[in-house]
Amino acid sequence: MKKNRLLTIITYAFLVFWALIVLFPFYWMVLTSVKDYGAYNAEYIPRFFTLFPTLQNYADAFTTVPLGRYLLNTLWFTVGTTALMLVVITLAAFAFARLQFAGRDIVFTLFLALMMIPNELVVITNFTTITNLELRNTFTGLILPSVTSVFYIYLLRENFAQIPDELYYAAKVDGTSDLRYLRKVMIPICRPTLVTITILKIIECWNSYVWPRLITDDADYYLVSNGIQEIRENGFGRANIPAMMAAVVVISLPLVILFLLFRKQIMSGVARGGTKG
Amino acid sequence: MKIILSHLTKTFPGRGRGNKKKEDVTAVNDFTFEIPDGKLVGLLGPSGCGKSTTLNLICGLQKPTEGQIFFDEEDVTPLTPQKRGVGMVFQNYALYPHLNVEQNIRFPLENLKGEDKLSKEQMRARVEEAAGLVQIGDLLDRKPAELSGGQQQRVAIARALVKLPRVLLLDEPLSNLDARLRLQTREEIRRIQKKTAITTIFVTHDQDEAMSISDLIVVMKDGLVQQIGKPQEVYDNPANLFVAKFLGTPPINVFDGRVENGSLFIGEEVVLKLKNVSDQPVHVGVRPEGFVLSENGSFTCRLSRPEVMGRDVSIVSTHTASQNPVVRSIVDAECCEHLSGDTVRFMLKPQKVFLFNQTTGERIPFEIER
Ligand SMILES: Nc1ncnc2c1ncn2[C@@H]1O[C@H](COP(=O)(O)OP(=O)(O)OP(=O)(O)O)[C@@H](O)[C@H]1O
Ligand SMILES: [Mg+2]
Repeated sequence: MKKNRLLTIITYAFLVFWALIVLFPFYWMVLTSVKDYGAYNAEYIPRFFTLFPTLQNYADAFTTVPLGRYLLNTLWFTVGTTALMLVVITLAAFAFARLQFAGRDIVFTLFLALMMIPNELVVITNFTTITNLELRNTFTGLILPSVTSVFYIYLLRENFAQIPDELYYAAKVDGTSDLRYLRKVMIPICRPTLVTITILKIIECWNSYVWPRLITDDADYYLVSNGIQEIRENGFGRANIPAMMAAVVVISLPLVILFLLFRKQIMSGVARGGTKG
Repeated sequence: MKIILSHLTKTFPGRGRGNKKKEDVTAVNDFTFEIPDGKLVGLLGPSGCGKSTTLNLICGLQKPTEGQIFFDEEDVTPLTPQKRGVGMVFQNYALYPHLNVEQNIRFPLENLKGEDKLSKEQMRARVEEAAGLVQIGDLLDRKPAELSGGQQQRVAIARALVKLPRVLLLDEPLSNLDARLRLQTREEIRRIQKKTAITTIFVTHDQDEAMSISDLIVVMKDGLVQQIGKPQEVYDNPANLFVAKFLGTPPINVFDGRVENGSLFIGEEVVLKLKNVSDQPVHVGVRPEGFVLSENGSFTCRLSRPEVMGRDVSIVSTHTASQNPVVRSIVDAECCEHLSGDTVRFMLKPQKVFLFNQTTGERIPFEIER
């Protein structure tokens, strides 16, 4: 009994310690964002707290660059990409799981083979393609390369394939069309997976940096990730770190809220989709 | 509505590579049969004999290789399942797990289009009627996972009935239930079928089930129909050894025997005197109830043990000519009090004895010499 108690205490102590380590960067981010610009620059040794918090940095973040606009751009980009991708992968997964057509298994194998090609390689060819199509600095160009995901198609197909065939036959006998079956039976049954995919995709879009950075050089199409970079470059000879941190806080907030709302879904999704690292 | 199957054949292409190519599988072979209106037909046969395939052909999920299917005068062979108006209950019920009972039953109605389209109220009325018929009116809000096997099965039947199908097909609907529930549910199916008078085909590999509720039974083997008839007729008059063996619990006792000069021999004993049968080796089938204990009976077996099963006693014995490991006979409880020694003697009831050709298994008719 006593030993158990000790073990619990040690476990909790360790967890608290670990939580502190994990949370520290967040604390540091928030702390820096409320430090006065002058005060921040005067600190030779960074302080772990501030006695005079200020919101000035937040105002700066929105005024030195059009952060509101970037947020809106990112929102568009995220919603557009995620919605399109959901349609694409659902239909693809349905075809692979349910329909019979010549070459289905070969095509699916080729799809899976695509997963072995590293993203960084694909970025280069995508860049060439989008540039040749003259889609630089457009939303189409931003969105197009990520409206499909082989991994999510695979994940969803496996889910669809687990639905017993009899349900499909029963639906057929009852006069259900393929699309209606997909809509009324398959999608609702696989809803948890779809929700997980949606959330993961939103996070991915919100955080994307390399592609938007490559494909846009017009500030009208910047996403928040590029916006932060811009704030950094705007500090008169010296990076305006507090303003940058304020922007980071603003940008992170939607994701934090999303995470808090769908905590369970994300955790199970990460556990299930954990193979993709 | 009457269903006519005309030379229905379904062949699946063989699988395999190169010169190892397997032979085609003929799951249903030249099935011709007319199912009268409003009857319940039991489709009976061992696993893999083509029962499910027959149902799938009738409901349209599979296309026949040859032959036609008529519903009354209408040729439905080219129609898709949607257009045939068939209700089907699958072996594992195939309920939609994310919908509650009411939504499950309503699902087929929501597919109706054009002039058949129903209003919300009409749908509710139909759902309630169907649910009432199978007595699950108080379960409408539950999900399938929250129902017992028997209740799930009733939901499946209600879903099949709700669109007022012309034909009801049931594919081994009782196989997932325990023995008691199975008994209860098959009565239920019978009751519902009688009440709705929908022509029904009921697939099972359990002969008890088929015998007890069917108007007609069809016995199949390897895709070929062996015999069609009223359950009792088929039992009393099996067309061949397969049918005789397949029907009846406990199963029929089969002996190697021969006919010589109008005498039926089992081993060295003459058990019956026959007319109009040529001399030949035969299989002799004797129903368990065809044995009568008798001190001076003509048929001698080595007694193993009597088994009391309530009203009746089953006498387990062995015989060298028997094809089954033991000979089982069912006799009245009073008769076997004086059972002693290690042999037991029987007389055979001629109407419970069947002769079969040893090579083809076909029935050999005979008359009794008195
Ligand atoms: N799609 C298919 N391709 C190839 N062969 C098939 C196919 N479907 C069924 N068969 C074969 O056809 C035969 C009949 O199958 P069927 O499913 O009709 O049997 P069943 O009588 O319903 O058996 P059970 O009682 O086990 O359900 C079997 O030999 C089976 O292997
Ligand atoms: Mg079957």
